[in-house]
Amino acid sequence: MTAHDPSSTSLQLTSDGQLKHFLTLDDLDRALLTDILDTADSFIEVGERTIKNVPLLRGRTVVNLFFESSTRTRSTFELAAKRLSADVLNLDISTSATSKGESLSDTLLNLEAMASDMFVVRHSQSGAPHFIAESVTPGVAIINAGDGRHAHPTQAMLDMLTIRQHKSRFEGLKVAIVGDILHSRVARSQIRALNTLGVAEVRVIAPATLLPSDVESLGCKVEYDMTRGLDDLDVVIMLRLQRERMEGALLPSEREFYRLYGLSTEKLALARPDCIVMHPGPINRGVEIESAVADGPQSVILNQVTNGIAIRMAVMSMAMSGQVSERARARSQEMGS
Amino acid sequence: MTALLNIDQLIGELESGLRRQLEERGIEAPVVVGIRTGGVWLADVLSKRLGLTGPFGELDISFYRDDFSRIGLNPKVRPSRLPFETEGKDIILIDDVIMSGRTIRAAMNELFDYGRPASIMLATLIDMGARELPIQPDVVGRKLTLQSHQRVKLRGPDPLSIEVRDTDQ
Repeated sequence: MTAHDPSSTSLQLTSDGQLKHFLTLDDLDRALLTDILDTADSFIEVGERTIKNVPLLRGRTVVNLFFESSTRTRSTFELAAKRLSADVLNLDISTSATSKGESLSDTLLNLEAMASDMFVVRHSQSGAPHFIAESVTPGVAIINAGDGRHAHPTQAMLDMLTIRQHKSRFEGLKVAIVGDILHSRVARSQIRALNTLGVAEVRVIAPATLLPSDVESLGCKVEYDMTRGLDDLDVVIMLRLQRERMEGALLPSEREFYRLYGLSTEKLALARPDCIVMHPGPINRGVEIESAVADGPQSVILNQVTNGIAIRMAVMSMAMSGQVSERARARSQEMGS
Repeated sequence: MTALLNIDQLIGELESGLRRQLEERGIEAPVVVGIRTGGVWLADVLSKRLGLTGPFGELDISFYRDDFSRIGLNPKVRPSRLPFETEGKDIILIDDVIMSGRTIRAAMNELFDYGRPASIMLATLIDMGARELPIQPDVVGRKLTLQSHQRVKLRGPDPLSIEVRDTDQ
């Protein structure tokens, strides 16, 4: 696979600005992000019914294409697709065809031959979902479930939904993202979404070794110190310390990291008293967050999981909807010519 | 042509029709559910006029429409709100206009995902005919036959009015 420019725009939008893939938050405006959040609100209500399925994607096939293993993200995507009444196929490619030497393009051709309507893609390489979206048959929607260090847009949007539920607005909010920004596609998408939705301030709090060199250009303030970083804060988002990606001497030790950047009860007291605590999971208790905080009254970590299903239902149905209307437009143009 | 139908008279018809039906069927404690948007305004008015003290429900049928494959999802979908148990209840389902019957089919499919009601009664302010499904209202404010270029629309919520207007052709 060649490297693709992940910032390429309009690939994910129809000519009239509807979502048809969901690859990145980079070229989505506030109105569209708000539409996603509003649609997700309706799916939250669906999740509270006796029967939690709606017939929107009935008869359609969603393929979860995971080139990088993930239990939580894959299972929430699977549940989201099932609640939309789609048929779901889970393919763990990291242990499958590609290890037998099949190329990505051949794998995709085979899946398209099975009449799939949507691919949910996770890949360790940045830009892989864009590459697939460029080459896929018209009518098939691509959803980015996390690519390399580039983006994890559904995670960022479920975090935005959680913030809106608890704060009921974005204007005026001060939000900090703490920890391993360097390896985090989640942080990149979050910073983007927070700025688009118009919060007052986004801070990243981390040691210099865990910050990308261009971090301020993403639209955030850098703090190296938790005491200053947590001051007057409305929302604190802790990131997982990606221990499996810690090559070389990025950190002196986990204990040292917890002492400086771990979220303890004492440190949380520096933020506003109604500050909510978020974490994308899975949590390393005692490494980036104290158990008493993770399970405490300010924690909304389990709300995030519930919201993850609703957000994924929203982007899946909206992207499928965009594909449907684009095909209808193409058909009417054919008939007109 | 812009014609105004007398809304008070039509709502009066609906109210007396519903009272008759409830008495005939021996239903004493119905719950009212309106279909967004016009049906919800009517549900508000009628539940008060029928003297029902409990809350009424609001149904947004966007996720249950049968034309997703043709036109996609309604971008302005809002959560449905049924602030009561529907299991075993007698439901009065209210919409402003019935035509093809497809909206009502979608609404009934959605209602059943909340539980199994004892019965559903359908009341619509206007019946336009032109049915495409075997669905008929139990109570109607008024039957209306329009020319193909005419549309009817309930405006509201306060005050409610009905407008018949020509489409641009």
